[in-house]
Amino acid sequence: MSSTTYPSVRAAAAPRVRSAHAEASRSGIWVGICTITMSFMAFISALYVRQGASADWVHIVLPRILYFNTLALLVSSATLEMSRRALPATPEIDGSAVRRGLGWLTVTLALGLFFVAGQYEAWRQLAAQGLYLATNANSSFYYVLTAMHGLHLLAGIGALLFVISRLVVAGNRFRRSTFEATAIYWHFMGVLWLYLLLVLRTKL
Amino acid sequence: MQEASAQPAHVHAPPEGFLRKNVFSLDHKVIGKQYYALGLLAVCMGMGLSWLMRFHLVWPTTRIPGLELLSKVGAPGGIITPEYYLSLLTMHGTLMVFFVLTNAPFAAFGNYFLPIQIGAEDMAFPRFNMMSFWTTFVAFLVLVLAFVIPDGPPISGWTSYAPLSAVGQDAGPGMGWGMNLWGISIAIFCIGSLLGALNFIATTLDLRAKGMTLMRMPICTWAWFITSCIALLAFAVLLPACILLILDRTAGTSFFIPSGLVVSDRLQPHSGGSPLLWQHLFWFFGHPEVYIAILPSMGIVSHILINSMRKPLLSARVIIYSMMSIGFLSWMVWGHHMFVSGMNPFSSLLFSFPTLTITIPATIMTMIWLGSLYGANIRITSASLFALGFISMFVSGGVSGFFLAQPSIDIVLHATYFVVGHFHMVMGVASIFGVFAGTYFWYGKMTGRMMNEKLGQLHFWLTFIGTYCIFMPFHYLGLVGNIRRYSAFVNDFTGPLMPLHKFITIAALCTGAAQFIFIFNLIYSHFKGKPASENPWEGTTLEWSIPSPPPWNNFGDKHPIVYHDPYQYGVKGSKGDYIMQDSPEPSAG
Amino acid sequence: MGKMFAIVLVIIALASAYPIARHMYVPPEDISTHGHAIDDQLSDTMAEAGFSFLGAQLVLAFFVWRFSERKDGAKLKHFPGGAKLMVTVAFIIVGAEVFALGVLGQKAWANVYFTPPRPDALQIQSQAGQFAFYFRYPGLDGKFGAIHPDKIDEGNQNFFGLDPANDIESRDDIVSGELVIPVNREVHLLMHAKDVGHSFYVRELRIQQDYVPGLDLSVHFTATKIGRYEIVCTQLCGLGHYNMKAYLNVMAQDDFEKWLKQKASEQ
Repeated sequence: MSSTTYPSVRAAAAPRVRSAHAEASRSGIWVGICTITMSFMAFISALYVRQGASADWVHIVLPRILYFNTLALLVSSATLEMSRRALPATPEIDGSAVRRGLGWLTVTLALGLFFVAGQYEAWRQLAAQGLYLATNANSSFYYVLTAMHGLHLLAGIGALLFVISRLVVAGNRFRRSTFEATAIYWHFMGVLWLYLLLVLRTKL
Repeated sequence: MQEASAQPAHVHAPPEGFLRKNVFSLDHKVIGKQYYALGLLAVCMGMGLSWLMRFHLVWPTTRIPGLELLSKVGAPGGIITPEYYLSLLTMHGTLMVFFVLTNAPFAAFGNYFLPIQIGAEDMAFPRFNMMSFWTTFVAFLVLVLAFVIPDGPPISGWTSYAPLSAVGQDAGPGMGWGMNLWGISIAIFCIGSLLGALNFIATTLDLRAKGMTLMRMPICTWAWFITSCIALLAFAVLLPACILLILDRTAGTSFFIPSGLVVSDRLQPHSGGSPLLWQHLFWFFGHPEVYIAILPSMGIVSHILINSMRKPLLSARVIIYSMMSIGFLSWMVWGHHMFVSGMNPFSSLLFSFPTLTITIPATIMTMIWLGSLYGANIRITSASLFALGFISMFVSGGVSGFFLAQPSIDIVLHATYFVVGHFHMVMGVASIFGVFAGTYFWYGKMTGRMMNEKLGQLHFWLTFIGTYCIFMPFHYLGLVGNIRRYSAFVNDFTGPLMPLHKFITIAALCTGAAQFIFIFNLIYSHFKGKPASENPWEGTTLEWSIPSPPPWNNFGDKHPIVYHDPYQYGVKGSKGDYIMQDSPEPSAG
Repeated sequence: MGKMFAIVLVIIALASAYPIARHMYVPPEDISTHGHAIDDQLSDTMAEAGFSFLGAQLVLAFFVWRFSERKDGAKLKHFPGGAKLMVTVAFIIVGAEVFALGVLGQKAWANVYFTPPRPDALQIQSQAGQFAFYFRYPGLDGKFGAIHPDKIDEGNQNFFGLDPANDIESRDDIVSGELVIPVNREVHLLMHAKDVGHSFYVRELRIQQDYVPGLDLSVHFTATKIGRYEIVCTQLCGLGHYNMKAYLNVMAQDDFEKWLKQKASEQ
């Protein structure tokens, strides 16, 4: 019992070594989030203007699987946070912590892949209803918004794979700043998806 | 910010091998030079296109020998067809705005000097930096490919208004694959620019040396920083616009195309889209873009002027705040490109107010520059001449903007040569003067050899006089009602204007020829230029504290510590009338 | 060299201002009822622009003349008032200008866009297409027949895609390649785009307005002088853009009615 140290205490005990480059990684990811947000704002403004430009807006019933996808993505943010807790920000991490962190990361990756597969399935269901990219303005925006989000999420999956590979290869010497940046990005993908879902539900 | 531990040992390992050193380099200095070279290539192409256009306008039936080799269809027998004129026009604008004006003052000089001026070893993300250059280069190749394909380049102008740009091949020659290549190229360009902007911002925020507070950064560093903030958000809007345009063209969507259009006798299958939506998206990007084009040059010119005057500006801080306000206001004015576009006329008034208001920070900057010249001791060099010329050009171009900012006057001047004169003076001349000034100023640092002063000054005189001869008359043509983007002038009222057009063409060809002096100087000096010392201009900022050219990690193994603001001129220092930023001597006042 | 800069700049500044000061390049005579406000605003702006332009260039020239390459030991001076003065002056002077031109100037804009057309204005529809303008008068029934894009047939002069067989209103519509209007009578010009964006510009009328495919736009104006004036397209519309033009023919009221009757009999 007495040898158990809680992760937060352990982290506080180690000196906060934040090099200039770790700071830059953090600035970089937030700056990247700003630009991605701006581009989605552009798509959504286009949606609103297009909807008002013509009386040809047709309501779409969102495939139910979207809600399962959403759940998966939100849970994946939670599992990612679990892996962050498991991997303290110290220069040395012991083997069991690495294994725990890897475990949670793998679950996150799986949930992310489930999301992507689910989005693709949603597309198939829409196509089965006869709703393709060019069928009407509403369907066009559905495909465009989900495709853009999906592409950015795939980039996040790539980052997760990179972090996992570094953890496997370098073990306790993996670069923390990349992991932190990936985590922030991944959470942003979840928040962004929630917002897009809101737009899709209300405007579509 | 944070209590930094010592700077990491090295950002990246010292480069080895030809490819790593010169082609796929992670070194911001090499990347800066690569951007410069790309900008130089693009400006030579863009200028050549403008010669063809000006020649065709005044001598439309005269054969241009060899032109049929560039395009059998577009220039049969060396005579440019009306559609090919529009292709040349489109490519001229696209090359100049994107590949010259976003590249040279911003990506080229910014990449090279921003890390050095803040005391950093390199940019925050060297790998992203390399990717951003090569992405931009790929965008360039895709664009230039449009010249080579059978259908030719697009004819819808660099602004690519829908539905002309959106309906596809029916719209005219070059509007098939040519237009697709344009859309793809610009989309790729957006990605490259976004990566670059991200790097600049993270680097400025987090990699400053000890003692380098934000307010101790040189004015040009501030200009690059503010420009990257604008670029980050502006290109983020152009990319979606290009994607939607490409989808309309290739996937049958109707974002920008309404129903019932009959183009080339074919009823278009689209319906419900809004052409004005394209204009809004494009200009929401397009207006901040022109400030992306001018702000870095404002910074470079300020930086050089101070050094040449041997005294600081009346207030560097006011210049910086003015640049920030221009950046801020630039987001609110895009509708002034659309006063007569059919958008709600009340919106036109709303856009007019912030457009007029931008005059205030622009005037403040001009007055600070002029007021600082009072009582100075200006050293006249090629660099300082172009910097002074910039002020003159900026005034000229800015004053014509004042007309266009008013919707009622825009009724008369929209789409005339007045507009063309305005934007050429601010972008095509003033911004380029900043690039010239920066080149003459920094060439020694970048290559280790100084450019030839006599040739530089000759280049200045010919260019200064020449560009006024070309672009001032554009305003007169516009007042009479000469319409732009015409491949020939066949209106009743344009006949009497032809002598003025001939004058302009001759001035353009002569001024263009004068640029060969600059290119010759660039090449000649590389081999035969006078060796450059560490600080040939007696400058105060950090780039003058390192060898010419700098070592791969800029400051060697020492990390600079900054003690002063960047413009300690006109004071007694150990080196004369100035104190360098990293000198422990006490500041003046 | 500094002195040469000053001299060259003064010459350039004066040479640039000369054609403006001598009114060598001006918009043509205004034949509209709303145009004088625009012309006044243009003159006011030109005066201020001229003042700012010459002022700045001459100050630049003078300062470079006086303060470049001075002999060593010349004392550096600071402009009295410094940055504070510059900022204050810029805010006050430019602020006043912005206010004046913005607020007062909106009247000229309002004349064109915020006043609705009179109920008895003469309605004419114009269609812009690659690369010609066509104009349509509603005929005795005062109504325009519907446009059917799929029925457009230029070879048979059916530029608007009318269907007189099925639409009664289009049977008496009069189509013309020239915009013929009576003098001193308000015209309400409806604007329809057939294919891509175009624009309608008559210099003398002080009217310029884009045609936007999919949007029902219009302008209204009154011409005050008989004559023939060129209509040009000012929105890049394809390879024939430079040659896309028509004529505005302003006639006396009687001549206009005669023309209309004759055209009706030809249709």
